[in-house]
Amino acid sequence: MRPAAGWELQNMLLPMIDRQMSVEIVGSGSKRAIGRPFQAAAQLTTAAMQGIWLYEPTELVMSAQAGTPLAQVEATLASNGQMLSFEPIDLGPTTGGPRGTQTIGSIFASNSSGSRRITAGAARDNLLGIEAVNGRAELFHAGGRVMKNVTGVDLCRGLAGSWGTLAVLTAVTFKVLPWPEAAATLVYFGLPDDIGTEVMCAAMRLPYEVSGAVHLSQALARRLEHEGLRRQGRSITALRIENFRSSIGYRSEALKDALKVYGDPAVLDTTDSLSFWGELRHLSVMPYNRDTCLWRISTAPTAGPKVVAAIKRHMPAEAYYDWSGGLIWVEVPASADAGASDIRRAVAVNGGHATLIRAEPEVRASVEVFQPQAPAVEKLMRGLKDAFDPYRVLNPGRMYASF
Amino acid sequence: MTHLQMPTPDASVLGRSQQIIKDLTALAGAEAVIADEEGRRTFETDGLTAYRCMPLAVVLPTTTEEVSRILKYCHREGIKVVARGAGTSLCGGALPVEDAVVVGVSRMNRVLEIDYDNRFIRVETGITNLGISGAVSAEGFFYAPDPSSQLACTLAGNLGMNSGGAHCLKYGVTTNNVLGLKVVLMDGEVIELGGGHLDAEGYDLMGLMIGSEGQFGIVTEATVRILKAAEGARPMLMGFGSSEAAGACVAGIIGAGIVPVAMEFMDKPAIEVCEAFAKAGYPLDVEALLIIEVEGSDDEISEMLGRIQAIAEPFGPTSILISQSAEQSAKIWKGRKSAFGAIGRISDYYCMDGTIPLSRLPDVLRRIGEICEGHGLKVANIFHAGDGNLHPLILYDANDPSSSERAELAGADILRLCVEVGGCLTGEHGVGVEKRDLMNDQFSATDLTVQIRVKTVFDPKWLLNPGKVFPLNDTQQAKDVA
Repeated sequence: MRPAAGWELQNMLLPMIDRQMSVEIVGSGSKRAIGRPFQAAAQLTTAAMQGIWLYEPTELVMSAQAGTPLAQVEATLASNGQMLSFEPIDLGPTTGGPRGTQTIGSIFASNSSGSRRITAGAARDNLLGIEAVNGRAELFHAGGRVMKNVTGVDLCRGLAGSWGTLAVLTAVTFKVLPWPEAAATLVYFGLPDDIGTEVMCAAMRLPYEVSGAVHLSQALARRLEHEGLRRQGRSITALRIENFRSSIGYRSEALKDALKVYGDPAVLDTTDSLSFWGELRHLSVMPYNRDTCLWRISTAPTAGPKVVAAIKRHMPAEAYYDWSGGLIWVEVPASADAGASDIRRAVAVNGGHATLIRAEPEVRASVEVFQPQAPAVEKLMRGLKDAFDPYRVLNPGRMYASF
Repeated sequence: MTHLQMPTPDASVLGRSQQIIKDLTALAGAEAVIADEEGRRTFETDGLTAYRCMPLAVVLPTTTEEVSRILKYCHREGIKVVARGAGTSLCGGALPVEDAVVVGVSRMNRVLEIDYDNRFIRVETGITNLGISGAVSAEGFFYAPDPSSQLACTLAGNLGMNSGGAHCLKYGVTTNNVLGLKVVLMDGEVIELGGGHLDAEGYDLMGLMIGSEGQFGIVTEATVRILKAAEGARPMLMGFGSSEAAGACVAGIIGAGIVPVAMEFMDKPAIEVCEAFAKAGYPLDVEALLIIEVEGSDDEISEMLGRIQAIAEPFGPTSILISQSAEQSAKIWKGRKSAFGAIGRISDYYCMDGTIPLSRLPDVLRRIGEICEGHGLKVANIFHAGDGNLHPLILYDANDPSSSERAELAGADILRLCVEVGGCLTGEHGVGVEKRDLMNDQFSATDLTVQIRVKTVFDPKWLLNPGKVFPLNDTQQAKDVA
């Protein structure tokens, strides 16, 4: 099914609802391998709903149909010196899907944020308004096109990150920001995970608005596309500063000085920074590999190395730390449960949650892909599913087996 | 003000009031329960003082467990509950109903944990907004959302209303600054959402809870982000001969790729009143004033202000004043932040809170002037220009029923205007009772039904903060279905 408008989508869903037949919701399909596998009688794509229908650069706002390619959105913004500040990440390549085909709707449906999330907020924080069709085939709106809006229940937040299980986003309105005039990246080499995290947290405690803080293990740094960094053959800890040109020199020096006990970092200029942070946006260091599984762990930054150390007591693991250490992409050998029980225990002890991003379908069918919830929380989530999709038409079982 | 229709009190609850008070006392202790008339009188209204109603009783618990016991009891007995922070709501969000128990979190105001490395603070939600920043200011940190009432308002209320402030253009509103919540649901169940990490798992229940105006649960603890303050900050004042020029200047600044930490707009009536109060050095011979603040080191601030001045040049500012000292900066902000109080000294006023697309500002200001004039009233406008949040202050005489009624009618017209031009009814104050009956102007019946179903998931019996947010007809239908 390939509706070109919200009303058409409604009409297509109605017979499916009547027959209680489930539908797989996709944009370009680049994230189909994420989540629990589920049976669907049909597939519905938003790909035919395209177009940017509102863009006011001076109001920092854009509205687009959900199926509009992200690439088109970003190109249009770039031509006005603007960007999606949360740097949406592309999980296509790492999960065996295509690269660079994502739709703007899918970015918000999966709440996909990249490195700048630590200062610019997540995708969900930048979502201002939605038009969507729920599993009752009702077309509804929430939010709007203005930056500040507390009118009614905050359904923009409620639907962001719900992976098409509550409603199909048909149009989204979101906040955009100017590209910074210049950037620099300080790169520290050879630090172990815990010291790397210490550097990142120390940097975030300073007033220089570090907008990216990542740490890559030695093995992962060797997979970088960036030749200069790859050739170093050592772990890297990278800090990004962005501002107007004359400020960058000042902030780099101030940051270096404050962190001098950790050594003398290499400094990437604006162009080099763009290419380094650009490759992280498609998880270049975690390429698709059937012999490994990939987990995404969110925890408090200082707990990051502890979580990884706890996992390593049970299995080999390579870790890429983003968000100052609070977001960890962990690659572990493929196994029947993808290491779920040990990984979830490591997370439980330190706080946070873990999502299995890449594993063979039979593995994703047998373990909890998304973090299991406390019974009272699960009851609310099930209630939301009942409210939006009582007939279990939209991506049933993709997030949680029982709904 | 006109008569406000509220849900019909439950006679069986009113009839049991003595027993209910006795039971609450047993659950929370005598010192936590306020049942005498004088005591309850303190809680009969909030920041929207036009509406008043004495609650059945007030409970001020000191622990999450007490809140849980009280809600569990009220849930079992079918007693309505109105959650309350400091009672500063400007939309009647904390207005009691006759057959409700007010549960106030003001005694739960402890700081539980400060973690600078992970940049969060965990607090009980009765703490004031400014109290959070106060707890971390010694280390140079702050909590970003800064509503004008920050000295008094509680985090609980900020969470309920998803409060903003003057600096949210850069730092976001409440929902963008919260990591975790401990929530007591209406049935007494205590749930934890999020924690010290970013992005809560599963459905974004935290996102739904924030801004739910006390209708989804009572938040007793929260983990919020704290940020390292910039090295320095400095505001500048720019006066313009017209609101068109000031609005175009704001657009010019953003269009040039500069997003200042705050951009505040005041029209002539607002400037005059604030200057008389704060002696901040606001120019009095202008039609519109912008307060623009930038942050950074001294050199960065100078460069940024220089650039802004250059951008502003073609829009013909008639006066420019760059703050030269911390005292001057404080005065400039004092004028703006005490604007409501300053206006309150010369007249009763009714503060509106719509949001509009910036490009519509001149048109909207003209039509607001016409609307108020049509009702025989004066108006002063304060505007968070960067994010489009407009605060028209309608001046009226509270002792004159006709004047009050006209103020209310003008306010409703202004909010409809905000919706008409592509904005919304409320940018940061919330819907409460004040804008409840305008919700149909912004949302379709389906839009509201979808919201109401979510409310029903959290509070199936519709006991929490009754009569707010949703038009009463819709509420009744939802309850019938539930």
